[in-house]
Amino acid sequence: MSLALIAALPFLGALLPGLMIRAGRNACAAATGSVTLLALVLLALQAPAVLRGEVVQTRIEWLPALGLNANFFLDGLGLMFAGLILGIGLLIILYARFYLAKSDPMGQFFTYLLLFQGAMVGIVLSDNILLLLIFWELTSLSSFLLIGYWKHLHEGRQGARMALAVTGGGGLAMIAGMLILGQIAGSYDLTVILQNKDIIQASPYYLPALILILIGAFTKSAQFPFHFWLPHAMAAPTPVSAYLHSATMVKAGIFLMARMWPVLSGTFEWFVIVTSVGLITMVMAAKIALYKDDLKALLAFSTVSHLGLITMLLGFGTPEAATVAIFHILNHAVFKAALFMTAGIVDHETHTRDLRRLGGLRTLMPVTFAIAAIASLSMAGIPPLNGFLSKEMMLEEAAHVGWPNPWMIGILATLGALLSVAYSFRFLVHGFLGPVRDDYPHKPHDPAFGLWAAPGLLAVLVVLVGLMPNLMLGWLLNPAASATTGRGIFTNIYHWHGLEAAALWMSLAAVGGGLVLLGAYPRLRALWDATPRPEAKRIFDGVVESLAQASRTITGILHNGRFSRSMVLAVLTTAILSLFAFLTATPHVPGTRAMLPVDPVVLGLWLVLVIAAVATPFLHRNRLVALILTGVVGLLIAPLFAFFSAPDLALTQLSVEVVTLLLMLLALNFLPKETPVESRRSRRLRDAGIAGIAGLGIGGLAYAMMTRAPAFDPISAFHWAQSKPGAGGTNAVNTIIVDFRGYDTFGEIIVLGIAALVIYALSEALLRDPAVTARLGTLPKSVEAADRHPMMLVVATRLLLPMAMMVGVYIYLRGHNLPGGGFVAGLVFSIAYLMQYMASGYDWSHSRQRYDHHVLIGWGVLIAALSGVGAWAFGLPFLTSGFAYVHLEPLEEFELATAAIFDLGVFLCVLGAVLLALASLSRLALRTGEGPNTTAHDLEEAR
Amino acid sequence: MEALLASAIGLLTAVGIYLMLRLRTFPVILGLTFLSYAVNVFIFVSGRLAVNAAPIVGTIDTPADPLPQALVLTAIVISFGMTAVIMIMAIGGHLQAGHDRIDLDEDQA
Repeated sequence: MSLALIAALPFLGALLPGLMIRAGRNACAAATGSVTLLALVLLALQAPAVLRGEVVQTRIEWLPALGLNANFFLDGLGLMFAGLILGIGLLIILYARFYLAKSDPMGQFFTYLLLFQGAMVGIVLSDNILLLLIFWELTSLSSFLLIGYWKHLHEGRQGARMALAVTGGGGLAMIAGMLILGQIAGSYDLTVILQNKDIIQASPYYLPALILILIGAFTKSAQFPFHFWLPHAMAAPTPVSAYLHSATMVKAGIFLMARMWPVLSGTFEWFVIVTSVGLITMVMAAKIALYKDDLKALLAFSTVSHLGLITMLLGFGTPEAATVAIFHILNHAVFKAALFMTAGIVDHETHTRDLRRLGGLRTLMPVTFAIAAIASLSMAGIPPLNGFLSKEMMLEEAAHVGWPNPWMIGILATLGALLSVAYSFRFLVHGFLGPVRDDYPHKPHDPAFGLWAAPGLLAVLVVLVGLMPNLMLGWLLNPAASATTGRGIFTNIYHWHGLEAAALWMSLAAVGGGLVLLGAYPRLRALWDATPRPEAKRIFDGVVESLAQASRTITGILHNGRFSRSMVLAVLTTAILSLFAFLTATPHVPGTRAMLPVDPVVLGLWLVLVIAAVATPFLHRNRLVALILTGVVGLLIAPLFAFFSAPDLALTQLSVEVVTLLLMLLALNFLPKETPVESRRSRRLRDAGIAGIAGLGIGGLAYAMMTRAPAFDPISAFHWAQSKPGAGGTNAVNTIIVDFRGYDTFGEIIVLGIAALVIYALSEALLRDPAVTARLGTLPKSVEAADRHPMMLVVATRLLLPMAMMVGVYIYLRGHNLPGGGFVAGLVFSIAYLMQYMASGYDWSHSRQRYDHHVLIGWGVLIAALSGVGAWAFGLPFLTSGFAYVHLEPLEEFELATAAIFDLGVFLCVLGAVLLALASLSRLALRTGEGPNTTAHDLEEAR
Repeated sequence: MEALLASAIGLLTAVGIYLMLRLRTFPVILGLTFLSYAVNVFIFVSGRLAVNAAPIVGTIDTPADPLPQALVLTAIVISFGMTAVIMIMAIGGHLQAGHDRIDLDEDQA
């Protein structure tokens, strides 16, 4: 449970900042921080076991049939990443508290941040890869919110969109890859997949799965050619850049490659793809970073470059290289987060991040300078800082890769390191050294302690790890590397590898070359500025725009604002596809199932139905006639249901038809009574042709179906057999509705309730529109009825009300065993009520009602839900019903079933929904100029 | 008997689609109602036709298939909800725009 809780905590905690912001910014940040701290403590409690080499697991079954379970596991790699996410997260929260301006909505920021944090922790703790994919997509979504946090900034919105498009698109590829992987391994649990290296690598689907998963990882970790989104995401507030774009999210791709390393690596394909992508990214991004003037852009490309370095190391496929990769992940997270925060401080204090406008900050901001110096020297790989250690080890590994020839990868890696030295020094020299200037946009000085505390702590770590790597990180690095590679790793990190180590000379070359580059910077820059380069953003925008244009064109063809056109297209497409299926399938043979003999009663019903249906299109211009014909057809269906052994359906159809007719009659008050002739004869013929084709097709299909036995055995045999023993009722239709498929019914009554509420809301909105109320007043009044509320009708409905209610109660009570039930009972009650409305008018009836219809819907859903939740008390799943037979003198033995409570919820919901829908329409009628009625009936002369 | 029902389903479908191709809201809604009838009956007959075989335990051994009946029962009620929502939309459209045409005007399209 504990692991699931660690992942869930940030999500639950995401509710806090929004509430706590009312108590002030400090309280808000403190609440956010305490959530993260709590998660970190829970993680630390698991740490001893993990560091001993155990794997902690939490398994929660969710949809076992689909292999989708909420399984979590924690090993060394997960522990390292989770610690990184939560630890750096804490520092970021502290930093953001002081970084955000008063005008920034801090509650929102921390909510987004915690959502992101939860998603990240979820990724690194997931055992089930489907679960992992969900968290993966959640990071894309939450980072979209964070990047676009400053909604007023154009670049922020664009950067957020681009990040979402690229990482989200990559995520889709990864879903496909993961599904293939799961299919090959026969399980979606990582712990199982990781044991099946041989099966996976022997599978013909290995390469497609590999490529798809790598696309996901590369997009997330900004690897070439998907690297372009990361610099644009820098429009985010600096705490976001420091958190997402250096320490955590961009490392998710790396994490995934590390996680999958035991099963995916070691093949030639893996080596070539991963190594070359990493190498290209490393060198190319380092070169671009050198020419960036914006501090954050420089750091962004440097991050891309370092991610490339880690990717390359993972690509080598040796346990040693993978260990170095893990080590560098830690080091990079520490120094790069510090650097981003420093850049944020500079921006905060001087109001610019442009290196051309900076310089000389060393004396003005000594503390910031110290932090920046330590972190950037570490990034350059200068001893004895932590960046030096991992870079040295990286060069050593690169020097020993013998492919495609003994020296190529070594030289390129050295080139990357050289460029890295150059831009690191440029960051420091052009930003902080040099003479003090007098044209800063804002007079700079060191910030308050709160702002530099977090980067300061990281800088201390940079030094400590650099000096005592084994003591500081060995305890974490070894379990993490062991978990990554799947074998015991006990590495010892040295500062000095001896004169014969290739890395020493490569490192020296890098530092020397880097300094030379920096010296020649002005001339190089002139050359760079003069060379044309492809602009990734322009290409991306072009692709997006052409896709959008294509969608617009297609949409324009299908939906040009004419409903009839899309309708015609839909019908014709369906007809053509069906015809195609019919012609290409096995040749058609007539069905052989015996048909029932024609019954004269059914024939009579059928005749009337056909006459009414055929007459409707010819007479539909008079809307009242059309409505009556529709009602005739609907009412005729009820006896058909009854005849063919569906008494429940007959009852429902009958009562719904009455309610529908009332509704339409009421609606006709507000609509024209005639439909004018607008289409030409040719068009009407065309429409008739299309309708005829559809009718022939559906009728033929129905005929073919009915003259054949079912292709598969109907599952209802189970329902039939279990109706009495399982659900305690003899009416199989009712037991299916309230018991076997109770969940469906629960959803359906909610939908019905929502529909009624929508109707209420729409009518409410209409009533608020002055143009609408004005038009309502001018609607022609009907003059057919002389009496508004005739006394005979009033008296008759009053008499009927209690009887109808008794019938409703009877139908409800017998529903479980005989035709009836909550649906029908609700409709019968509705009709009884509606008759009062019709007879005495809305005002009179409504003022005599002590509750609103909304309340009925609410109680209905609530009662149904409670009857379902009740099952939990007995340890049974939601909506499991129970029943018992009770014998009370002097009554006969009777049955009590929880399904009856559920059915009561159905009853209330149906009643409330029908009444609310009709009452909403009636409220419109009040504005047509007829005065409200306060008496039950009118006796005065009309006209 | 099967032929009667099949032809009725086909006819209801055709009338429904013809009315849905009209240009005013009211006939379109009636068309939708017809189409609902057709679909509901279609689903119902997928359980095949049976006479005097209501699925009540204890009264009969080989009942009509209860599952399509349960599906159609809820479908009938939901159809009502849907019709009511569309109806209020049609009324709103008419009251706000002053006409009840369903197609957008040329300049809006």
